[in-house]
Amino acid sequence: MEKELRLMKGNEAFAEAVIRAGADGYFGYPITPQSEVMEYLMAEKPEERTGMIVLQAESEVASINMLYGGAGCGKRVLTSSSSPGISLMQEGISYLAGAELPCLIMNAARGGPGLGTIQPGQADYFQSVKGGGHGDYRIIVIAPASVQEMYDSAKIGFDLAFKYRTPVLVLTDGATGQMMEKVYIGEQHPRLTEEEIKEKYPWATTGKSGGRERNIITSLDLDPYRHEKHNIKLQEKYKTIEENEVVYEEINIEDADFAIVAYGTTSRICQKTMQLAHEKGIKLGIFRLISLWPFPKKEIRELSKKVKGILCVEMSAGQMVEDVRLNSVDGAHIQHYGRMGGVIPSPTEIFDFFEKNYIKD
Amino acid sequence: MTEEIIIAGFGGQGVLSMGKILAYSGIMQDQEVSWMPSYGPEMRGGTANVTVILSDERISSPILTHYDTAIILNQQSMDKFESSVKPGGILLYDPNGISHHPERTDINIFQVEANAEAAKLGLMKIFNMIVLGGYMKVKPIVKLENVIKGLKKSLPERYHHMIPDNEKAITTGMGIVKQIREV
Repeated sequence: MEKELRLMKGNEAFAEAVIRAGADGYFGYPITPQSEVMEYLMAEKPEERTGMIVLQAESEVASINMLYGGAGCGKRVLTSSSSPGISLMQEGISYLAGAELPCLIMNAARGGPGLGTIQPGQADYFQSVKGGGHGDYRIIVIAPASVQEMYDSAKIGFDLAFKYRTPVLVLTDGATGQMMEKVYIGEQHPRLTEEEIKEKYPWATTGKSGGRERNIITSLDLDPYRHEKHNIKLQEKYKTIEENEVVYEEINIEDADFAIVAYGTTSRICQKTMQLAHEKGIKLGIFRLISLWPFPKKEIRELSKKVKGILCVEMSAGQMVEDVRLNSVDGAHIQHYGRMGGVIPSPTEIFDFFEKNYIKD
Repeated sequence: MTEEIIIAGFGGQGVLSMGKILAYSGIMQDQEVSWMPSYGPEMRGGTANVTVILSDERISSPILTHYDTAIILNQQSMDKFESSVKPGGILLYDPNGISHHPERTDINIFQVEANAEAAKLGLMKIFNMIVLGGYMKVKPIVKLENVIKGLKKSLPERYHHMIPDNEKAITTGMGIVKQIREV
């Protein structure tokens, strides 16, 4: 079957994709620069297409707790927001992780801290990968870098969420959310029926039908020893995810003398920087993180052995660079270049920084 | 082939939709496209701009500092983007409301009096399509038939009766664009 081709914003592509991924419900509260997600869903009326519910909640806190309820019933539910709104959701995300509930969360990040700005930012890396909420938990974080990847992230995200019973965060930013590119629209995956949910997700609270124990969805256990066991189980799950779900892209890394490590919008900008370097005969490659957590620890270590220098580029004061340093061999030459507060770095300014700091004479 | 374009003017002049039509046209001729708008608070009543890239290859950065072509529709945008045209590139502008005309001598400069022409035709809504026609004449990258195909795909059917007016505006723009400086 030939796939349908459309010109869409990243936010719109994500919204169409969640319908097609068979989502049961979207719960959100508007905030720039991702308001097109709910706007698109409201206009598209997915309840008429697949029966999917779209609800504007009274707040971000309400939205994330609606996900808790929906996910507890085994439904494919999601929300989207931007940085300040995602901060409000952190308590709920910790509860969802603790109760092992699958859900999809999209953050079209903007410059912070606080209310910050509506322009793009990547300063939510720490919050996303180190757990913005309390407790020993991790969530899978994937970082698309094109409108097509925004589309693809919906199905990938839901599948991972249910495979591991965990929240999955799609971390993008205002630039990729607002940008239009062409996107291939995939097939419509049907929503699961109640019977299918009962069969596939025996943990879900679907109504007790004779013969089985009660399913209890909670993150509370007052017995510390039992609760430690639960924590150990969670940590084992995170280890399995780290072993199996690392995703990255290498661009001209094979014969590179130097490498840029970046993700999302900046990884696109750096591809132009790479072209500028190639024009000057400098072998510069790009290592693009796609899964931010799990982090490609082994691959970054190998990269740090292989190249003469690594430049980390982020729209932040330097967050991902800490994980790159942590996983690199001792003595590796690693620097950070970033802009903050909603400023997008240009390919040429990144190249100028690179040339000045990595290419001597 | 890769063409990197900035279109800049006032909010309401059709800057973003002109970029969208260009991007759609690129898709119609099997190119890679990207459309990156300014979406800040400056859009509300202030300036608006969009970066459009058409390419035969995978597009790297959707955000640029230098352009093959700048399409300029007000003075603020002229001040901001004249210097960002690559040497040998194209600056196309509507002289309406421009007090400081471009001074660079290392780029090709064209004028399209789209505002005056749209007023003459009594069709201010097609102003941006006259500009687009001017661009298509000086940089024949997108074919007219693909622009029309793109319009058909991007416009809801209830607006399809306006496509002939848009086509007329494009051919008008092609007719009135004039070169005022050549490298």
